[in-house]
Amino acid sequence: MILTKENILQLLNKIPDPEIPVISIVELGVIREVKIDNEKVELTITPTYSGCPAMKQMEDDIRKTLKENKINDFKITMTYSPAWSTDWMSAETKEKLRKYGIAPPEQNTQDKSFITGKIKTVSCPRCRSTNTKLISQFGSTACKALYQCQDCMEPFDYFKCI
Amino acid sequence: MNNELFKYTLRLGDTNLILGQRLSEWTGHGPFLEEDLALTNITLDIMGAAKAFLEYAAKIEGKGRTEDDLAFFRNDREFYNALIVELPNGDYAKTIMRQALVDTFDLYFYQELVKSKDETLAGIAQKSIKEVTYHLRHSSSWVERFGDGTEDSHEKIQSALNELWRYTNDMFEMTEVDEVLIKAGIAVDLNLIKTKWEKHIDELLAKSTLKKPENAFMQSGSRKAIHTEHLAYILSEMQTLPRMLPDAKW
Repeated sequence: MILTKENILQLLNKIPDPEIPVISIVELGVIREVKIDNEKVELTITPTYSGCPAMKQMEDDIRKTLKENKINDFKITMTYSPAWSTDWMSAETKEKLRKYGIAPPEQNTQDKSFITGKIKTVSCPRCRSTNTKLISQFGSTACKALYQCQDCMEPFDYFKCI
Repeated sequence: MNNELFKYTLRLGDTNLILGQRLSEWTGHGPFLEEDLALTNITLDIMGAAKAFLEYAAKIEGKGRTEDDLAFFRNDREFYNALIVELPNGDYAKTIMRQALVDTFDLYFYQELVKSKDETLAGIAQKSIKEVTYHLRHSSSWVERFGDGTEDSHEKIQSALNELWRYTNDMFEMTEVDEVLIKAGIAVDLNLIKTKWEKHIDELLAKSTLKKPENAFMQSGSRKAIHTEHLAYILSEMQTLPRMLPDAKW
């Protein structure tokens, strides 16, 4: 394989998020930079949440994938800045989340209602009803909150907007 | 200045580490499922920050120690965490009250640290602001509910506040480490955030119908690594395994 940024990204795009397998770590926005310097691959990654236990898994998966493709000369660096944001997710990625049963982040963080905690209506990923209720600000993983639809009564995960 | 930066970063790492360790005691014991999840999630964020700070401290020190060495192979008189975080959790009101006091401090602290000339510290701060904003929303909403709730819940959160208050000033104390680093544009001037912290806490207490303790004696010591008797116990629990089996691998 010829070492180009595009080829590397394509490889990484096949690595699923360990918790949400319908999206890749590239779609999640964890891969911040891919540099090729003299046949050496330099990757910069950023954690979704500082204590996210899936980060180590993602790093291991990246190592495994690169080695499987005979890329042995690489370096992975962790950065905290700029801090990971759900704004980096594309509309297509958000749709994948919805189909999987997770309500995607509803707004952009530039919208200051995020700071004041006045979360806009979250719609049910199953029946699309906007008649939903926050059950818990914290859900099954650091990136999610728990909601319940008041129409179809299904509880569902909401991917928090940060 | 490397020595000052090491001590400063260690202080930030230790405060997060000990708070995370304390909070983790609630995992599986929360008052109900959602709160159990909430505190466990918050603990994860705090442990993440602890890891980032201690990793950086180890790098600055440059003696080949790792973040794990710093966490597991130092004694109580070498820890610089704020006193308030080492206190036992008490009941849920006390845990929540401490969270509100510390979360408010953290939010204003990180909002300043993000401007630091040290890129790593600024980066960790940028990450933590988002998380702490969420933590503070959680803790203050419970302080309000407890304070303005039943007679029983009001009494419990008021006595939690009375017990914790004397440990709040310790968070704002500064030493020559701070002085050197403030001049270099790296550290946060804690006097500046104290005013903001007091204003925010006053507002929260008013909303929660709680009374701020007056003329209380203020405990001090963490900057000199002088702690309450509780730290040694929490360390012995946290450090037993790696000290017994220093070569054990995950």
